[in-house]
Amino acid sequence: MTILKYHQMLINKEISALELTNLYYDHIEKNDEQIGAYITLCKEQAMNMANRAQEKINNQQATYLTGIPMAIKDNICTKDIKTTCGSKILENFIPPYNATVVEKLNSQEAIILGKVNLDEFAMGGSTENSYFHKTTNPYDNTKVPGGSSGGSAACVASDMAVYALGSDTGGSIRQPAAFCGIVGLKPTYGTISRNGLVAFASSLDQIGPLTKTVEDAGLVLNGIAGIDKFDSTSSNSGISDYTVNMKNDVKNKKLALPKNYLASGLAPDVKQSILQAIKVYEKMGVTVEEVDLQFTDYAIAAYYIISSAEASSNLARYDGVKYGYRSENFNNLLELYKNSRSEGFGEEVKRRIMLGTYVLSSGYYDAYYKKALQVRTLIKGEFDKLFETYDGIIGPTAPTTAYGIGEKTDDPLEMYLGDIYTVSVNIAGLPAISIPCGFDSQKLPIGLQLIGKAFDETTLLQLAYAYEQEVAK
Amino acid sequence: MKVTKETVNYVANLSRLTFTDEEAEKMAGQMDHILRYMEQLNKLDTTDVTPMEHVKPISNVFRDDLVVPSYDRSELLKNAPNQENGAFKVPKIVE
Amino acid sequence: MKYEVVMGLEIHIELATNTKIFCTCTTAFGGEVNTHCCPICTGMPGTLPVMNRKVVDFAIKAGLATNCTIANFSKMDRKNYFYPDLPKAYQVSQFDLPICEKGYIDIEVNGQTKRIGITRIHMEEDAGKLIHDEGGTGSLIDYNRCGVPLIEIVSEPDLRSAEEAKIYVEKIRSIMQYIGISDCKMQEGSLRADVNLSVRPMGQVAFGTRTEMKNLNSFKSILRAALHEEKRQIKEIENGNIIVQETRRWDDDLGKSFSMRSKEEAHDYRYFPAPDLVPIKVSDEEIISFKNSLPELPQARINRYINDYKLPEYDAKILTNSKDIADFFEEAIKYDVPPKKVSNYIMGNVRKLMNINNDEVPPFTGEQLAMVIKLVSKGTISSNMASKVIGFMYEDPKNPLLIVKEKNLGAMNDEGALIKIIDEVISQNQQSVDDYQQGKKKAIGFLVGQVMKQTKGKANPQTVNKMLVEKINNLK
Ligand SMILES: [Mg+2]
Ligand SMILES: [Zn+2]
Repeated sequence: MTILKYHQMLINKEISALELTNLYYDHIEKNDEQIGAYITLCKEQAMNMANRAQEKINNQQATYLTGIPMAIKDNICTKDIKTTCGSKILENFIPPYNATVVEKLNSQEAIILGKVNLDEFAMGGSTENSYFHKTTNPYDNTKVPGGSSGGSAACVASDMAVYALGSDTGGSIRQPAAFCGIVGLKPTYGTISRNGLVAFASSLDQIGPLTKTVEDAGLVLNGIAGIDKFDSTSSNSGISDYTVNMKNDVKNKKLALPKNYLASGLAPDVKQSILQAIKVYEKMGVTVEEVDLQFTDYAIAAYYIISSAEASSNLARYDGVKYGYRSENFNNLLELYKNSRSEGFGEEVKRRIMLGTYVLSSGYYDAYYKKALQVRTLIKGEFDKLFETYDGIIGPTAPTTAYGIGEKTDDPLEMYLGDIYTVSVNIAGLPAISIPCGFDSQKLPIGLQLIGKAFDETTLLQLAYAYEQEVAK
Repeated sequence: MKVTKETVNYVANLSRLTFTDEEAEKMAGQMDHILRYMEQLNKLDTTDVTPMEHVKPISNVFRDDLVVPSYDRSELLKNAPNQENGAFKVPKIVE
Repeated sequence: MKYEVVMGLEIHIELATNTKIFCTCTTAFGGEVNTHCCPICTGMPGTLPVMNRKVVDFAIKAGLATNCTIANFSKMDRKNYFYPDLPKAYQVSQFDLPICEKGYIDIEVNGQTKRIGITRIHMEEDAGKLIHDEGGTGSLIDYNRCGVPLIEIVSEPDLRSAEEAKIYVEKIRSIMQYIGISDCKMQEGSLRADVNLSVRPMGQVAFGTRTEMKNLNSFKSILRAALHEEKRQIKEIENGNIIVQETRRWDDDLGKSFSMRSKEEAHDYRYFPAPDLVPIKVSDEEIISFKNSLPELPQARINRYINDYKLPEYDAKILTNSKDIADFFEEAIKYDVPPKKVSNYIMGNVRKLMNINNDEVPPFTGEQLAMVIKLVSKGTISSNMASKVIGFMYEDPKNPLLIVKEKNLGAMNDEGALIKIIDEVISQNQQSVDDYQQGKKKAIGFLVGQVMKQTKGKANPQTVNKMLVEKINNLK
């Protein structure tokens, strides 16, 4: 069930906000033991909110998000509700403030059911790096849900929330959406305030919705986007309704298909589905042309340098002094620091901190960090040029479908290579969406990625919606 | 190997992390592997390419110099692992 | 061998903004521990900085007042290191593109003008405060000061003596006070200096190895620390030792500096551009308008005092050294009193009282000082009494006329009473009268003194002198 449908039911008094909330807690109770999407449930707050939502509905003041039960990735701060980032180091951290997106949801009486699982500090692509537990893929319990917003994707796919918020630094919304067969939108950098999103890589992080339909993604975006005085990098895109063009005809639109997106390394089933999707677009009168996008081959290397560098600095504040885990084993300040951090962080997080510190350290800055920023310029330039001619870029979201739990944990680099189609979007700050486009031979969902022009989510949603509707026929 | 155990220990100290010998050995190998992959960037000629620090070319985002009441101290200290007399507490620092 | 000392200073100045650099908490000094704080300045997860416009304005003004070039494009960077007073474990500062560069100021050393280069001025956030409680089990952290905006003014290694360093800091402080960007209260830590110092044999071009002493927060400690370090380095060299590049801690109580080498780690600050803050652009037009908005700087005031008020250069320099005193002077002369008289009182009585009380400004107004001067010129009080009135006014800044009445300090203008006293003095000091009559004109001074003593200083000495001379001449 979608936001739109529940909204209509709420308005028509076919169901109350409280009933709907209870219904979702029932779903969670039945399914979450298996899936493991949630870290924290906040039933009491949710019930209070449901009552307030009902008042709003009764007073005909409801927005699309009013009274709709949803989930929030556990790296987005919620006042008085634990925000763990999937880490031991923040296991008991209770923020004294709300993220801007949470303030916006509260002001519309959205129902926050709870906080959902992620790879520790959003570092990873499988949600296996959570300190608390692993989340499984609702399509196959032996497979990962993707990550890092694995909890967000799994709870929506298994209907334990109508929609969820995730964060996307290098593909963390789109890839789990693809693995779990739902819609995941990563908006343009700056569209949604990052205030209250626990920073992983500040110049790449962006909050976005994971939903069941394209239209729902637009409705959530409408509810949470906009410039914020607490985030200097947020923007006023001037758009009040992202769904405004959504249902318009896509005839004569032009899509680019980067040749290297279908190169070796792409699973044959995925490739097949993407080619099939291209045919669907062509049938709708969209032109799809092959293009060269040479610099994106370097995106993973640039991405892991930039994101790790920023992460090493962003995660330095977890030192056992102001909040979070403090080791019991220390004789002086230095030991307090080292032991708290070494015991509090997981392996992947430590690896990124080490890499990031290394590339910023004296003697290596120019060779790695500065070089990566220069490549970032090249990548963005190439995208900008492409968007002079095309309305969007089409390709796969991930090279494979969901893989087995524990299958890739040994080789970090191999894990990083799974981000091949997603990271360049963050590097260039562009919007992109993953939408379901079929299943592989194991009945696992495949994701189609569409990349749009900066601050043109409207066209991106239009292109995605057209495909979604066409294949549903 | 580019990244030795000594490098790992140097970087670990900067990061305020500690590794056992065995962990440091493993970390050295992994970092070496990943950094070598990153060196493919050297294939690109980036002379005269401006490093991109911000993806969005905006500048001058300021706020006005107006005081807003600060937070209740107990709110800021409620997560503190150790506190005393309204202050965060750490082991005695000798200068 | 003769040695030359080479010094460069880094001066940290807290800006007089209402709010912190990146959040809306107050910058007010003092306050209960951790009560001027919020999630942003305590480095809570997920918080972001937003730049206070006034910090940029103030930094630009500081640059213009020190003849710097203002950067059209500047950015903030992160300086990464762990310390409990730094909650984010990085300080947001400026690295390669500071807001101001390549300036200078002129200082007066032994009557000669010397130009000191300013390498750069950058903006950054202050850290919190560590409280090392005596005998306690740990150290406590107060983040009230954390995030208070600072500018750091870095000089070229142009200073050649501890005295020069002190004069330089005084001049910088006075300029910053003039342009109103900081109160520069050293006792509250609003101005702190790091001294980089090396010595070299006179005539040698290459610099010696330098040491750094951090956070000196009084003129006295800057002077003492620099002198001590200069002597220490020369002694080390003469003993055949080499100077180690290091940070040294100055202990003002012991009058000694200590090596911090053992505590020091390999510093690798891993500066990189702050991703949460956007670049700062300043157009040439804006720079010009900032320039036009600058108040009169000390040098311009000195010139004005010399030309318009005919003050000696010496007076003009002392008066303008502190903006508060110069403003006080200018308020006083509004009330139609001779500028040189006002200057004399300020540089004499008033300054003495300020030094004793360790004050930056007198507790009374320029108008009150002008009233005292007028009381003297009208003959209401003697000039001797004026300093007493100022003394009382310093303790309790009342209307001076009221003080004169209450304390009965008025001049003795009753001629009859005065003649009686003069007659008495003449009859009791026949020897001096004889001396005077025999041509020892100096003897009159003693007699005047005796009369003044009898009148408790209330008589006008000139009048007494005149009357005494007349009387003695009539005795013949
Ligand atoms: Mg500094
Ligand atoms: Zn604050």
